[in-house]
Amino acid sequence: MITRKDVEHVALLGRLELSEEEIEVYTKQLGRILDYASVLNELDTENVPPMAHVLPLQNVFRQDAVGRHLDPEAVLSHAPDREDRFFRVPRLV
Amino acid sequence: MGKYEPVIGLEIHAELKTESKIFCPSSARFGGEPNTYICPVCLGLPGVLPVLNKKVVEYAVMAALALNCEIARFCKFDRKNYYYPDLPKNYQISQYDLPLAQYGFLEIDTENGRKRIGITRIHIEEDAGKLLHQGTVTTTPYSLVDYNRTGVPLLEIVSEPDMRSPEEARAYAEKLRSIIQFTGISDCKMEEGSLRVDANVSVRPLGSKELGVKTEIKNVNSFRALVRALEYEIERQVAILKDGGRIVQETRTWDEGKGVTLPLRSKEEAHDYRYFPEPDLPPLVITKEWVEEVYRGLPELPDARRERYVREYGLPAYDAGVLTASREVGDYFEACLRLYPQPKTVSNWVMGELARLLNATNTEIADSPVKPEQLADLLRLIDKGVVSGKIAKTVFEEVFRTGKDPQAVVKEQGLVQITDEAALKTIIDEVIAANPKVVADYREGKEKALGFLIGQVMKSTKGKANPAIVNRLLKEGIENKEI
Repeated sequence: MITRKDVEHVALLGRLELSEEEIEVYTKQLGRILDYASVLNELDTENVPPMAHVLPLQNVFRQDAVGRHLDPEAVLSHAPDREDRFFRVPRLV
Repeated sequence: MGKYEPVIGLEIHAELKTESKIFCPSSARFGGEPNTYICPVCLGLPGVLPVLNKKVVEYAVMAALALNCEIARFCKFDRKNYYYPDLPKNYQISQYDLPLAQYGFLEIDTENGRKRIGITRIHIEEDAGKLLHQGTVTTTPYSLVDYNRTGVPLLEIVSEPDMRSPEEARAYAEKLRSIIQFTGISDCKMEEGSLRVDANVSVRPLGSKELGVKTEIKNVNSFRALVRALEYEIERQVAILKDGGRIVQETRTWDEGKGVTLPLRSKEEAHDYRYFPEPDLPPLVITKEWVEEVYRGLPELPDARRERYVREYGLPAYDAGVLTASREVGDYFEACLRLYPQPKTVSNWVMGELARLLNATNTEIADSPVKPEQLADLLRLIDKGVVSGKIAKTVFEEVFRTGKDPQAVVKEQGLVQITDEAALKTIIDEVIAANPKVVADYREGKEKALGFLIGQVMKSTKGKANPAIVNRLLKEGIENKEI
C-alpha cells in the first residue's frame, strides 16, 4: 500500500512540487503499480541469488588515460546561472 | 555516576592518484582552472555511460591488502541518491551491500602497547564537486560549483568503533595515512582534501558494554583538529548525560575558529539514499590471480620498514619510527645510506638539521634542496677533517638555501677547517696570555675552564679550528707555559 505520506516524501526527495489533486492521483496510481508488481512475491526465490545486473557481463574496464575535455565556455553557456568559470546555484540550506 | 568512556570510529576518504577519473577519461589532477577537467560523463549529461578505470580497482585492492582485508571475489556498484549540486547526476556511484573489501585491521602504538583497530570495510566511489561559499554554507547568498573533482576516484575506509580516546583516533588516522602513502596510491594530503576524516563518537559509563547514541563530526581538516573536535564533543556529550539529558543522533560540523562542534542543519530528510544496483555498470569479479598480481607489486609497509631499520641498520627504535613515518623520509634516508653507509650518522642529520630546515621552510622532503648526494658529500668532508661538525651545519644551511654543492660552499666561504698547527698555536698562545685567571683555574683542576678557552679559540677562528687539535695544543700550551 502506498500512502499519501509516501507520495509526499518521495516528491520532496525528488524536489517535485505536487498539487493536492496530483498527490491523490499519484497515490492511487503508484498503489496500482505496486499491486501489479506484487504478483512477483508469489514466486519462491529462496535459492535465487540477487541479480546484480541484467546483462551477462562483468569486468568492463577502461585504461587509465586522460582524454579530451569539453570546452568550459561551451558548457557554461548552457548553465542557468554562472559566475566567471563557475556554475552558480542558489543557497543550499 | 562515575566516569565515562568515549567510543570512536573513523570514516576516512582517500582520493586515488590515478591520471583519469573513475568512470571517464577526464583528468583527475588536483587544482586546475575551475570546470576544465570535465566531460559529458562526469557532468551527468543524458545518454552517457560510465566505464570503470581498471587502475582504480588495482589501487583499491592494494589498499585492501595493505590493511589486511579480505577482498570480495564478487562486488558491484550502487547508486546513492541525493539532491545536491556537488553531483550533477543527483546520485553518487558508490558500493553499498557488496563492498570491495571487508574485515581488515591495522595496529597502532598506545601508552599500553600495541593495539589492533578493526577495519569494517573499504569501498570505491566517485568524489563530488567542490562548492564555494561566501562565508558559511548557511549564510552565503549563493554558491559556486567547480566540477573538476567530480568523478575523482575515492576509497572510503570505515573503521570499527575500536578507539577509546582522541589520541587513539589520531594514531589510527596517522597510521592509515602512512600505510596508504607507502603504497603510493594516494597523496593523502589533508590540506588539499585528498585525505578526509569524519569521526563517529559516543560515550558510555565506564564498564558498560552497550554503545551510547553517536554523533558524526565532519569538516575536520587536520589531525590536530581531529583531536580537538573529539575532545570537545566527548566533553559536550558527557555534560549532557551528567545533567540527565539525552544525546541526539546527528551530524555536526567542527568550527576550527570557535573550537566547537555545531549541528549541521540540512533540508534533506534523514538519510534516505534509496540505494539500488547501478544499472550502467556490470559487476566486478576480482580473481585470486589478479589479487596475487597486485600483491607482488605491494611495496614494503611502515611496520616492516621500521623493524628492518632496527634489525639491519641497528638504529634505535625512536629513529626507526621517525624515519618510517612517511615513505619519502625513508626513501631519502636510504638514498643517503647507499652513498654513505653509516646509518646512525645519516639518521642524526635527517632527523636533525634536515627536518629542522624543512619544517622552518614548510618544504616536503621530496623537494629538499639538499639532495642525498650532497648530504653524503658533506658527511665525507667531516670524515676527512675538511670541516668540523659545527661548521658542517653552517655548510648544510647554505646548501639548503642555495642548492650549491658542499665543496663549493666550503671553498667560496673559506670554511675549510684549520688544521695547521703552527697557525693554531699562535692563536692559542694569545688566548692563554689574555686569560690568566682561567688558565690558573684549569691548573687547579677545574676541567670546565678548558671548555671556555676552547670556545675563545673557536671564536677567533670563526669555528673553523679542528677541535681535537685545539684541545691537545691548549693542554700542551698551558703545561709548557712558565708560571
